[in-house]
Amino acid sequence: MTEAAACGIDGVDTGLADPPLLVADGVTRWYGHRLGCRDVSFRLWPGEVLGIVGESGSGKTTLLDCLSGRLTPSDGTVTYRTAGGETVDIFSRPEAERRLLQRTEWGIVRQNPRDGLRMGVSAGANIGERLMAAGGRHYGRIRALAGEWLERVEIDHDRLDDRPTTFSGGMQQRLQIARNLVTHPRLVFMDEPTGSLDVSVQARLLDLLRGLVARFGLAAVIVTHDLAVARLLAHRLMVMQQGAVVESGLTDQVLDDPQHPYTQLLVSSVLQA
Amino acid sequence: MMIAVEGLEKTFTLHVQGGVRIPVLSGVSLSVAAGECVALTGPSGSGKSSLIKLIYGNYKAQGGRIIVRHQGRAVDMAAALPRTVLEVRRQTMGYVSQFLRVVPRVPAVDIVAEPLIALGVDRDAARHRARAMLASLNLPERLWSLAPATFSGGEQQRVNIACALVREPPVLLLDEPTASLDAANRAVVVSLIRAATARGAAVVGIFHDRDVRADVADREFRMTEARRAA
Repeated sequence: MTEAAACGIDGVDTGLADPPLLVADGVTRWYGHRLGCRDVSFRLWPGEVLGIVGESGSGKTTLLDCLSGRLTPSDGTVTYRTAGGETVDIFSRPEAERRLLQRTEWGIVRQNPRDGLRMGVSAGANIGERLMAAGGRHYGRIRALAGEWLERVEIDHDRLDDRPTTFSGGMQQRLQIARNLVTHPRLVFMDEPTGSLDVSVQARLLDLLRGLVARFGLAAVIVTHDLAVARLLAHRLMVMQQGAVVESGLTDQVLDDPQHPYTQLLVSSVLQA
Repeated sequence: MMIAVEGLEKTFTLHVQGGVRIPVLSGVSLSVAAGECVALTGPSGSGKSSLIKLIYGNYKAQGGRIIVRHQGRAVDMAAALPRTVLEVRRQTMGYVSQFLRVVPRVPAVDIVAEPLIALGVDRDAARHRARAMLASLNLPERLWSLAPATFSGGEQQRVNIACALVREPPVLLLDEPTASLDAANRAVVVSLIRAATARGAAVVGIFHDRDVRADVADREFRMTEARRAA
């Protein structure tokens, strides 16, 4: 709505020249008679980080699962522009093709690292597996890259052969991030990436994520109920209530000058530390 | 012209407090040329900080336009997409707020280098310029490698100023940049602002210190309380 309004300003360039990476159009998901999310539309450009905020039950995770191709919407479309420049409607493609995208061009970071890692194999294998899925074959190179990425997410190189079961929650989450980013995805979906962590560990992870997102020019969609996390990581926000987007815009504008009654309530409910 | 504000309207509606409406700006128009420094004056509550936040895109306008010259084209900050606002901030605007929003764990020198790196300056060169900037603002060298969370108000403010000025942006928005500084550091900031206008930057600022205002401002823009006018 705001985007459409922005296009018509006389003589004012709003910068819409390059094509978006991801386009959601009227995405709706019902669970029987219960609504998951309703009529969500937006465009995401390369290098842009979109935060989805709202309380639990507002439809954030349902929307994220639809966007990342893991849950078929009841209505609406999600289109993605591939590295090859092709625009694909992800739900009109075969499952295998969707999975290939998820393994190569996308990353999916789950709230609980145990859902996103293979707990029975070593840290190095967790990272290496993703490289092999993307076509890596040279064992020595895969192992070296895995070691590099462990260090990049601040895990000691000598933990390469340890299983994630021996890691703390914060280390497991960092390992999951390394596993997802090692193949240089163009788009990453994250569901409460800091949700299950202690505050001190959260700060470290946030700092790491900020750095990686900026350094690799990643586009990301991040679901969080934590407005401080949203402020630090997201360029823009969508605020969800009862399955619908009630407000969207530049992150600091939404948080410092919220317009919708629900956003004002959310922002005013945060405890000041 | 670098900034042209036309017929700007701003009202806060507080839905959580029974829908109370607080008019802040009504029909405000202001132009600022390259190389010019305009000081916003008026009683507290007259909307000086709000006007600066509107130009920065931090507040949402209810009406009017905020045209900013960005890379040779005109952008309406009141209507632009978020990513365009961010691009204008990155390349064209520097903003010094009254408070530094601290990022956990990031050292002062990296906070100041970050806006340069975002412009494509290489990491070492950016750090080098950040150190020079912090040195010119007399921030003790032992603090450069620390995160500013524990800094004093005056030290944090200097980090804030360094962030905004290090990349020499064509538009500077300054909300009380010298409020918690001693006389020596005030003088440094005054000379930095004058250097900015000398190289052609358009500056909009709030300077409560009368001497600072006299030293940097080419003219004053007096604001009246919208709630009285309404």
